[in-house]
Amino acid sequence: MMSENKFQSENSIPDLSPDLFVKADGLDVEDNEKITAPSLSFLQDSWRRLKKNKVAMVSMVLLIVITLLSIFAPVIAPNDPNAQVIEHANLPPRIENININGFNGTIIENDKRIDKYAAKDVPNDVNYYLGTDSLGRDLFSRILYGTRVSLFIAFVAALLNLTIGVTYGLLSGWLGGKVDNVMQRILEILSGVPNLVIVILMLLVLDPGIWSIIIALALTEWISMARIVRAQTLKLKNQEYVLAAKTLGQSTLSIAFKHILPNLLGVVIIQVMFSIPSAIFFEAFLSFIGIGIPAPNASLGTLINDGYKTFRFLPHLMWYPSAVMSMIMISFNLLADGLRDAFDPKLRD
Amino acid sequence: MKSYAKYIGKRVLYMLLTLFLIASITFFLMKLLPGTPYSNQDKLSEEQIAIMDEKYGLNEPVIVQYGIYIFGLATGDLGTSFQFHNTPVSDLISYRIGPSAQIGIQAVVVGTLLGIVLGVVSAMKQGTWVDTTATLTAIVGRSIPNFVFAVLLQLVFGVWLRWFPIALWTGFASSILPSMALAISPLADSARFMRTEMVDVLSSDYVELAKAKGLSKWEVAFKHGIRNALIPLITLLGPMAVALMTGSMVIENIFAIPGIGEQFVKSILTNDYPTIMGVTMLYSLLLVSVILLVDILYGIIDPRIRVATEGGK
Repeated sequence: MMSENKFQSENSIPDLSPDLFVKADGLDVEDNEKITAPSLSFLQDSWRRLKKNKVAMVSMVLLIVITLLSIFAPVIAPNDPNAQVIEHANLPPRIENININGFNGTIIENDKRIDKYAAKDVPNDVNYYLGTDSLGRDLFSRILYGTRVSLFIAFVAALLNLTIGVTYGLLSGWLGGKVDNVMQRILEILSGVPNLVIVILMLLVLDPGIWSIIIALALTEWISMARIVRAQTLKLKNQEYVLAAKTLGQSTLSIAFKHILPNLLGVVIIQVMFSIPSAIFFEAFLSFIGIGIPAPNASLGTLINDGYKTFRFLPHLMWYPSAVMSMIMISFNLLADGLRDAFDPKLRD
Repeated sequence: MKSYAKYIGKRVLYMLLTLFLIASITFFLMKLLPGTPYSNQDKLSEEQIAIMDEKYGLNEPVIVQYGIYIFGLATGDLGTSFQFHNTPVSDLISYRIGPSAQIGIQAVVVGTLLGIVLGVVSAMKQGTWVDTTATLTAIVGRSIPNFVFAVLLQLVFGVWLRWFPIALWTGFASSILPSMALAISPLADSARFMRTEMVDVLSSDYVELAKAKGLSKWEVAFKHGIRNALIPLITLLGPMAVALMTGSMVIENIFAIPGIGEQFVKSILTNDYPTIMGVTMLYSLLLVSVILLVDILYGIIDPRIRVATEGGK
């Protein structure tokens, strides 16, 4: 009913006097055609959208801070992460001038709160911010270095999987035909192999260490990247602008690099962002079951594993590394979600 | 339909090829590995080693061993464990598959159901605090490593509240905490997936039509939304199977469950090659079968996919 009334009233507009109108000016018309907003590139546009997403921005800042801390770990760490001070073993956290249980060096033993630092004759000016482990190593320094190792593994694995996956997907999708067919059959067979199996077999064959883990992770993670890139390439290569480039005589290779690759950027970045937390998790998982980074070096995974063994009596050894790791994982996932919304491949399809 | 059967036949062929490839790769990798299967080999005389080699078939040329292994696999013989009192690997696995299957199935069922509820509710209440909470739960569930979550459960329900045993295998009560720890990843994944699908379906034309017919919001959701949003959820089964395998290795260790995952970790740490190969084959068979099952089911449930594959061939 409402809309009907409106319609009627619109139809019966009373007389319009000519002085309501202004004559169109030639200059004005040209002005109207002008685009006042600056023209944004794809990345600028996405960045603008990402900036509006507060959660993603906070995650990004947090990740940048954590990454910087881990890069500058040698400068920041108060102690050598592998230096053992047996007399200072199993100390709870203590921070100077803070008297809150949990940060004042006290611990409950036999239903009584006792000052562990006093009991062990630790000098007053020696503080372990996050306590020490069973060999008297400073947990704070170990976490800094552990984060460094975990992030290094994740970043390098992500970079390798990006290189392999994008190359494979791009080739397969762009060349098409028989090559694509063969490459896809290979992928099909490989995707039936559980990641876990490949990673564990690789670790058994290679010497345990950072690089074996990186290689094992890179060997497994690239498959989904290759698939996504191929699907996107197949779609993109039938677009008009590719046809135009072809008609203008551009070589296949330069079309692939100039027109296809930049348009793949969104999906690739999203995929990389999701592969980083999964690499961090896998490294921690391997360390947790005992085939990760060999001692005395630590990653977040080995720290959690060590802490788990005594988590009831020395909870700080388990929960601080766990908290750092969870924080990194949550931030990466939130940022990746934010990036996906910003790039919004669904809208672009 | 005939060409659909052909398509499935082709998929089965690929599946067998994959398994054969995995078997071959694991076999030759294991042959490459340093170390010896016998503990204290230095103390054994050459005759003793020769006798042992003969017993385990290690005196044959590698290629013959390979043939024996592949033939054994085809007949279900996975060889004999080096570590666990000469038990055949297939016995070791069949003895331990029960607990693993139990917590695995419980985790998938509970996790997926809760995930679906969470996803549907947050899609229906888009943009409200309910949505935010549900999305946050899903992200936290996806981010926190399951072993950290498992220890947290142990601490809260085992140590503080004393509701469930901490680490013990006596039946259903002791399967609750490990199932919960394993359920977190299917829960997070299906919640996230379901939300996206629901949002998609709710903005489709037939939902608009149903609304126009005067159905209430929740009626529309149940009669038209959830049903259609559920279909793509099947594709999550593959990743879920992988997550369960990985998860069970740590969860079974934390909760002391005599399952496959715990066995696998033990075998890896003690270089028990036949068992490692056996479990590897089991995991691969499981994953390949799930992938095949998903493909077949998908074709049956959603005729559009079937038509597409038929058209393509």
